[in-house]
Amino acid sequence: MNTLRRSVSLIALVAVAACSKKQPPAPAPAPAPAPAPRVNQDSIDRANAARAAAAAEAERQRLAAATAAEASRLDAARAAARAKLGMVIYFDYDKDEIREDQRATLDAKVPILNANPDVKMRIAGHTDDRGSDEYNLALGQRRAAAARRYMAARGVADGRFEVVSFGEQRPASPGESEDAWAKNRRAEFEITGGGTALKVP
Amino acid sequence: MIKSARLLCVCCVCGLLSGLTPAQTRAQDTAVASGVRIGLTYDRHGKPGIAITPVSGPNADSVRAILIRDFDFSDRITVIAPDSGEPPTGALNYPLYAKLLATTVVQAVVTPAGALHVAVHDVAQKRVALVLDIALPTPAYSGDWRAVVHAAADSIEWIVTGQKGIAGTRVMYARNSGRSTQLWTVDSDGANARPVAGTENAMSPDWHPSGKKIVYDLLPDDGRHRIVVRDLTGATPTWSTGAASLNFSPVFTPDGSKVVFAAGNDATDLYEASPGSADPPRRLTSRKGSSNSSPTFSPDGRRIAFTSGLLGHPEVYITDADGSSSELLTASGFGDRLFRSNPAWSPDNRLVAFQSRINDVFQVMTISVRDNSTRQWTSDGANEDPSWAPDGRHLVFVSTRTGTKELWVLDLDTSRARQLTHGGRVQNPAWSPRLELSRQP
Repeated sequence: MNTLRRSVSLIALVAVAACSKKQPPAPAPAPAPAPAPRVNQDSIDRANAARAAAAAEAERQRLAAATAAEASRLDAARAAARAKLGMVIYFDYDKDEIREDQRATLDAKVPILNANPDVKMRIAGHTDDRGSDEYNLALGQRRAAAARRYMAARGVADGRFEVVSFGEQRPASPGESEDAWAKNRRAEFEITGGGTALKVP
Repeated sequence: MIKSARLLCVCCVCGLLSGLTPAQTRAQDTAVASGVRIGLTYDRHGKPGIAITPVSGPNADSVRAILIRDFDFSDRITVIAPDSGEPPTGALNYPLYAKLLATTVVQAVVTPAGALHVAVHDVAQKRVALVLDIALPTPAYSGDWRAVVHAAADSIEWIVTGQKGIAGTRVMYARNSGRSTQLWTVDSDGANARPVAGTENAMSPDWHPSGKKIVYDLLPDDGRHRIVVRDLTGATPTWSTGAASLNFSPVFTPDGSKVVFAAGNDATDLYEASPGSADPPRRLTSRKGSSNSSPTFSPDGRRIAFTSGLLGHPEVYITDADGSSSELLTASGFGDRLFRSNPAWSPDNRLVAFQSRINDVFQVMTISVRDNSTRQWTSDGANEDPSWAPDGRHLVFVSTRTGTKELWVLDLDTSRARQLTHGGRVQNPAWSPRLELSRQP
C-alpha cells in the first residue's frame, strides 16, 4: 500500500511538474526490491544432499535390479537346461524303439550336452510289470541303450552315457492301469558328473 | 486241538515187508538206518496212512502239529490224527490202527531233558520199527528247533514211503517294497519267514547245492547290477562280478563249482564264471541282438534251458552247457501272445516248468523233456516264476490269485495247491536243496 501511495504521489508530482514546464517524462520508477526471505543455508544443503542420495540410491537399486534380473535369467536358463537334460522319455508296450513323439525331448538335450562337454549322464531303462522280472531287466537295458544310440547318432559321444536297467523294479506309478503302465515304460536321465555350472547354449 | 484229518485213501496196500531189520533200530541223529521200511512196496501214487498219537511233554502239541502238517504237505501220506484221549501207555492197539487204515503209528514224546523221542510202529508187524532220539535246540519254536522236528518228519516219511521228504527244506525269495528288494526265507510249511541278513537290494536268488551258499543279483540305487555269492552264515559276500552294464538271473551249476548268469550292455547273453578264479566270465550264447536270460540246468549239468528273444518274442530254448547246439523247446501252437519264459528244470529230469502267457495272463506250465507234451497247471490269477522242490513233484511259484503276489506250492501228482506266504510283494522264489541240520540261515 505504501508503494501505491508513493507511486500515486510521485505521479502527481510529475504531473504537476509536467504541467508547469514541459519536461521529458521521467523513467518509470523501479520497484523497490522484495524483502529477502528468511532462509537457512543448512536446510538448503540438507535438501540438496537428500536429493543426491535419493538419486544415488535409485541408481543403485536400478543397477541391482538389472544385475539380479540378469542373474535370475541366467539361473532360470541354467535350470531350464538342467531340466531338459533330466527329462524322461517314454516307450510303447514291449518296445525299445525311440517313439516319434519322444524325439524332440531327446533332441533338446543335444545342444546342452554339446555346450558342456564335461557332463556325463546315466540313462536308466524301466518297464511296466507285465513281463517277467528277467525279461523286463533285459527290456529296460535295451531301452536305455536305444536312447544312447539315438544321442550318438546326433553327435553326442556314447562314452558320455552310462546305461543301466531297473526293469520293473522301480515303478514311477504304482497300480495296474494303462495309465500307470505307460508312466512306467520310460528311460530316465541323470547327470553323474560335470554338471555344477551348466553353460547355456 | 487238531481236528482229525480223516482222509482215508483207497489204494493202501499192505504188501510185502522189505528189508526190515529186527526189533528196534535206534538212531541218535536223524540219519535213518538203511533197510528199515514199513509196510509197502514203493507205490508212487499211494498215500499210506500214518497215525499220530496224542503226545506228551513240553511243547509236544506243537511238535505233533508240525509233524501232522509235514505229512499232510508231503501229499504222499494220509494223516490219521485222533484228537481225543491221553497219550497211549503200554502196548498199542494195533488192530484198531489197522482198521483206521494206518500202516504206521508215530508216537512222539518230548522228554524232560528236552529231547524228541519218537517211536515209529509198524502196524502190520505189531512192533516198533524205528526209534528216533534227537536233542531239541532251545528256544522252542526257533528255526533250529523247527528244523529238528522237520528232520524227524522226513525220516519217518522215508521209511514209510521210500521217498525223501521235503519238510526240512526252505524257500528263498525276494520281497519288493517298490523302492528296493530284500531276500527272505520261509520254511516249507510256511512258518518262520524272515529276512536273510546282508541281502538288502538283492533279488533273483539261487541256492548252492550244499544249501550253505547263495548267489543273487544285487541291484543298488545306481542301477549297477552285480552277481554276488554269499555264505548264508557269513558277514560279507565271498565273490562278485559286474563287468557288463547289466548282470542278472544267476544260478549255480548242479555241482556248485560255477555260476551261470545273463549279462550285456544292450542285448544280453549267458556267461559262465568260476567264483574264486581270476579268469573273466566266459560267454556261452551268442545270439546277436536278442536278449538271453534265466538259465536253468539239467540235473546232470550237461544242458541249460533259458529264455531267448531271438524270435522277436521270448521263448524257452535248450543249449548244451558250453553254449553249443541250442534248440527251441517251447514251439508255437499253444497259448497266445507268444511269451514263454522263466524255465525250471525238474530234479528228476522229466519236465521243464515255465510260465506262458495265456489270455493275456501268465500261467505255470510244464513241458516233457522226453516227448515235448505240455500241460497247464494254473488258471486262477496270474502265476509265474516256478521253482522245483527237491522231490521233483512240488513247485513253488508267484500267484496273484488272492489279490496280492504270494508264493503258492503245487503238488503235480495230486494237483493240491496251498498258500506259502502272506504279506504280499514277493518275487523270484528258489526252493532249497535238502538242508543239513546245522545253524539255520
